[in-house]
Amino acid sequence: MYPEYMTPSLEKVAQTRNKRYEMAKSGKPVFPPMTADQREEVLNRFHPDYETDSKKKVRIGPNKGEILTTEISDLLEAHSRIKPDLFDLSNPDYETDVLIIGGGGAGCAAAIEAMNNGVKSIISTKLRLGDANSMMSQGGMQAAVSETDSPPRHYLDIVGGGHFDNKPELVRALTEAGPGIVKWLEELGVVWDKMEDGSMYLLHGGGTSRKRMHSARDYTGAIILRTLMDEVKNNPEKVIILEFMPIIELIMDEKGRCAGGVIYNMETEEYFTVKAKATIITTGGYGRLHIRGFDTTNHYGATADGLVMAYRAGAKLLYMDSVQYHPTGAAFPEQIAGYLITEKIRGAGGQPLNIDGELFVFPREPRDVEASALMRECLEHKKGIITPSGRCGVWLDSPLIEIIQGEGYVNKQFPAMHHQFIRYGIDITKEPMLVYPSLHYQNGGIEINEKTETNLPGLYVAGEASGGVHGRNRLMGNSVLDYNVFGRRAGKEAAHYAKSAKLGKLTLQHIQDYENQLKAARIKTDSISPILLPSYTPEDVLKRQLTACYEGTLR
Amino acid sequence: MATKIEVKRKPAQKTQEKNEETKTVYIMGKAHKVPAEATIMGAIEYAGYQIKRGAGCREGFCGACATVYRLPGDYKIYTGLACATLVEEGMWLAQLPAIPPQKAVYDINKLEPNVETIQVLYPEVFRCVACNTCTKACPQDLEVMDYIQAAKRGDIEMLMDLSFDCVSCGLCAIRCPAEITQMNVGLLGRRLYGKYLSKETKQLKNRINEIKEHKFDKEFKRLMEMKKDQLKKEYYARDSE
Repeated sequence: MYPEYMTPSLEKVAQTRNKRYEMAKSGKPVFPPMTADQREEVLNRFHPDYETDSKKKVRIGPNKGEILTTEISDLLEAHSRIKPDLFDLSNPDYETDVLIIGGGGAGCAAAIEAMNNGVKSIISTKLRLGDANSMMSQGGMQAAVSETDSPPRHYLDIVGGGHFDNKPELVRALTEAGPGIVKWLEELGVVWDKMEDGSMYLLHGGGTSRKRMHSARDYTGAIILRTLMDEVKNNPEKVIILEFMPIIELIMDEKGRCAGGVIYNMETEEYFTVKAKATIITTGGYGRLHIRGFDTTNHYGATADGLVMAYRAGAKLLYMDSVQYHPTGAAFPEQIAGYLITEKIRGAGGQPLNIDGELFVFPREPRDVEASALMRECLEHKKGIITPSGRCGVWLDSPLIEIIQGEGYVNKQFPAMHHQFIRYGIDITKEPMLVYPSLHYQNGGIEINEKTETNLPGLYVAGEASGGVHGRNRLMGNSVLDYNVFGRRAGKEAAHYAKSAKLGKLTLQHIQDYENQLKAARIKTDSISPILLPSYTPEDVLKRQLTACYEGTLR
Repeated sequence: MATKIEVKRKPAQKTQEKNEETKTVYIMGKAHKVPAEATIMGAIEYAGYQIKRGAGCREGFCGACATVYRLPGDYKIYTGLACATLVEEGMWLAQLPAIPPQKAVYDINKLEPNVETIQVLYPEVFRCVACNTCTKACPQDLEVMDYIQAAKRGDIEMLMDLSFDCVSCGLCAIRCPAEITQMNVGLLGRRLYGKYLSKETKQLKNRINEIKEHKFDKEFKRLMEMKKDQLKKEYYARDSE
């Protein structure tokens, strides 16, 4: 339930609703979309990426001298968890054709294609199979299927949203494969939302010029990923799944080819070695780094592990200066602060409103623009609503959706959101949600080409961990498509490569070299990475954790 | 080389304040004072536990944080997701780190969407005694027993529809006296429906053919070769549906 002091503002939202409904019904934009100059201005002044201390030069590694997001530079300028000379690589604990690091959407899609192409694989994952951002995507997947749409039009929308920095061949691969992915997933058993006649039920997303968002109610990611996981689990002789056993460093061979990785058993604290002819990184993004102190929509394990180990081994990163904040994270109640509120809400007609119940932005700008406009409304115009804990937010008018789309629509199309809020006494069919931008997506990543190859032979990357597909700003629904398209490609390409690959002597020399670079750059740090999990232990508990020395039993 | 990179704390996870209203909960039997409005997951972390198993998406989609609890003076066993259930005074908590799975292994391409498939893959479904314990245990408020009954009848559409919001936490399976793994039966039903019973989409078939016939190659080439300024112009001039 909203506190009483918000009632006057809620009443204003209700008062302006009819007028806003009439506008929505007219078919014209309910608020003028921004011009190129207006977009640039709001981004410059309000997007967190444009704040002065948000970026920092990285002093070592393949991108040495480049300005990256501060938290990423810090994460890269850290020690490995291991001392390489303690490892005997002559007798690996596991051997496989393809090692897949990360058990989310891209990892499962890669495993399926690897087995379809006749090779065996191991999925090493930090949490459980499927504990990933892929599980949490609600709104949908973009694909140019309708008659008025086309893959090149999808391409144009994507590069415009990405500030024209996207790698063209990746965007083409993504958009051209879109319709095929819709079909592939359906043949695996994904239940798409459809109209009576069998045509797809399609909606707009931010920055789209055609309706091309395919959905499975607001459980799109969950429905897709559980299907892919089930397919993987139906082939236990072809795919081995290692849970709570993340890879924490890559292993190379003497000729500079990727040759597997070092596994850390998080429960027994043992390390194991995996020798693999090809390796695929599908570790996702970094929301749990809480960049610039933001709440996040991301799952518990989103700590950029793959990025760190690939960088140490010499892989190049692309656009790691660009962070995505989802325009609509929850701002109230406090228990769900930062949680994702799907863009499909705005796709279905939901509108962001200020304290006076007025529109202040076109509801479907690209994500970075929309998020910046929300921050401007709160920070500069001071027209946000302040929560009891001191957060600021704007309304997202969901009751309007019921008026536009008809009664019962919200329960049918947004069961997850309805359920999320009703627990706290807020019925989103009757009252709006309070929202503020939340840390959502790693726009950049490890640079890949259209075959998902990196600059390291034998190392492939797919999904959020990769960089180049989305330029400097991803549009809604394209990450679900991304992990399917490039996850499958990675599985196929890695399988082909593995069939003819002959590895030389295994080595962890790159870990030592990296350590030497830290020393040469005079970087003094106690930090180790990958961090694997964030810590939410309160400070006064930390102060009492006074064990002086960890000797291998209880800390 | 010992300390971790300091992760900025989510503002929600603030330092313990003396005047804050608290509730006492028992985490595996040990009493902890936690903020009165905390979720179970928030309370566990507030008490000082570093969670390894028992947290996934933290937003109610993944089912990693299945919890069973009792309340003082109440004989009932309650169930919930730790990320989405608020603490109550005197709550006695136990997390389920994993649910023993009973998943049939099958080739989806060789199945038929009917009751025989259920009989072969999940025969225990027919042991259902309609006690409704699964429904009571479901943190998603699904009509679990109804979808198991639908499975018994071979009504795949209803099985799909009623199990759609399942997060696979497994609390139904752990409470079921007939030892059914409801979440996996639901998953099978959804896959059968999506693959075999969903209406065909004509536009999709046509579009895939167009791509195969290289209909868009020329347009792609034009866009990919365009200079940034030109591309920008075309982007801002494009019409919208």
